[in-house]
Amino acid sequence: MTSRVPFTSKPSAWRAAVTGAALIALLGLPASLLAAQGAPSAPPVTAAKVAGSKISIENFEFSPRTVTVPVGTMVTWTNNDGEPHTVTSSAKLFSSSGLDEGESFSYTFASPGTYTYYCQLHPHMTGTIVVK
Amino acid sequence: VTEWHSPHKEDNMAEPTIDTHDDQSTDHPSEDGIDRRGFLECMAWAGTGVLLTVSGGVLSSRTLAHAAGAPPEGDFSFVQISDSHIGFSAEPNRDVTATLQQAIGKINALQSVPEFVLHTGDLSHSQKPGAFDTLAENLKSLKARQVFYVPGEHDVFADGGKEYLNRFGGGTKGKGWQSFDYKGVRFVGLVNVLTFKESRLGSLGPEQLDWLKQDLGGLSGSTPVVVFAHVPLWAVYPQWGWATGDGEQALALLRRFGSVTVLNGHIHQVMQKVEGNMTFHTAMSTAFPQPPPGGAPSPGPWKQVPEDRVKSMLGLTQVNYVERKSPLAIIDSTLA
Repeated sequence: MTSRVPFTSKPSAWRAAVTGAALIALLGLPASLLAAQGAPSAPPVTAAKVAGSKISIENFEFSPRTVTVPVGTMVTWTNNDGEPHTVTSSAKLFSSSGLDEGESFSYTFASPGTYTYYCQLHPHMTGTIVVK
Repeated sequence: VTEWHSPHKEDNMAEPTIDTHDDQSTDHPSEDGIDRRGFLECMAWAGTGVLLTVSGGVLSSRTLAHAAGAPPEGDFSFVQISDSHIGFSAEPNRDVTATLQQAIGKINALQSVPEFVLHTGDLSHSQKPGAFDTLAENLKSLKARQVFYVPGEHDVFADGGKEYLNRFGGGTKGKGWQSFDYKGVRFVGLVNVLTFKESRLGSLGPEQLDWLKQDLGGLSGSTPVVVFAHVPLWAVYPQWGWATGDGEQALALLRRFGSVTVLNGHIHQVMQKVEGNMTFHTAMSTAFPQPPPGGAPSPGPWKQVPEDRVKSMLGLTQVNYVERKSPLAIIDSTLA
């Protein structure tokens, strides 16, 4: 597993890092075509390497709530609640539709920054992606 | 956030048992001096799916089997349905259109044809494409002359209510609130799902509260008032968002009336209480039940319900109005 993905220190975050298996990003291909397919990861070699990151939506919480990823990472949210949720950028950069149980939504973060998001159906549910 | 707490202990509502009595209330008589023991019984679904609660002889809630044998009663009746969640297709109900149709069938089979139907929101399941069409198409088979709607959060979250208002907001004010008079009763539909913001509670907002104040302003205190809205106006279980943050401001405007009936949805189960001259009632869903407050890690479809019992937890609410007799008689019917 790549150590280039500095997740937050919560144990569940590390589990997310393990399940979100990294892929080698081939130069010239969009990261969105490459990330998070579950293939075994190769050792990181260059700065172009990108790891997929996975976030679970469970019991009305984004878990982990804060994730730090390198530029180019595709983050995938999966709803594990029976109640639908959305993943909606506070700055309106992206939004999923209502995700039913088992459905996923992905977004690739191409620029550094701090991105907050929430669930439109339950706006008290919030999360943050820090892209470095 | 202002949370309104009734004098009785809300947690008593949480037990999924039959005849959950309010043992706390007798120790603390309310400000209006009414002993709540006789007035208040929390209702919960029962093992057989039968709901049966009589409170002080003024509120009744019966299974359809009981209601069907009784002669029509009152000057007129109307029906509340709620939380149809068209587009939902998972456990414990993979065909919510079929159960909506069953509810419609039950309504059409009532001995006294209801004058109209109130739908208290969540017509759609997270605004799934085509859901509003399916709902509208199915409700056309109702014998009742008209359906009045208020939105649930599932109907408005994605577009701020644009499509909902275009489809179902005819004749409403502001962002979907409305009032109308029927045979001397003032009906008020409120929208409390548009501004959840950072809170998990429903919210009416100052614009709507101003309108409500004006709308009720000219009414005599003897006018019966029926308020319908999606999220409960009373604090059923704020931990799960089953409350309206500024609901108390609306209730304060209603307290001077001699008979107020508040009909809500959202929580997919029947609960009711009487507070002074106000009766609060939540309706079952036509689509799927939710767990009792605190009965699961989080709210949502209650999947653990055995298949043969699901329909006992779905249903509709019939309300009979009898002039000079208050409050209104409320009858819950399951689809079982």
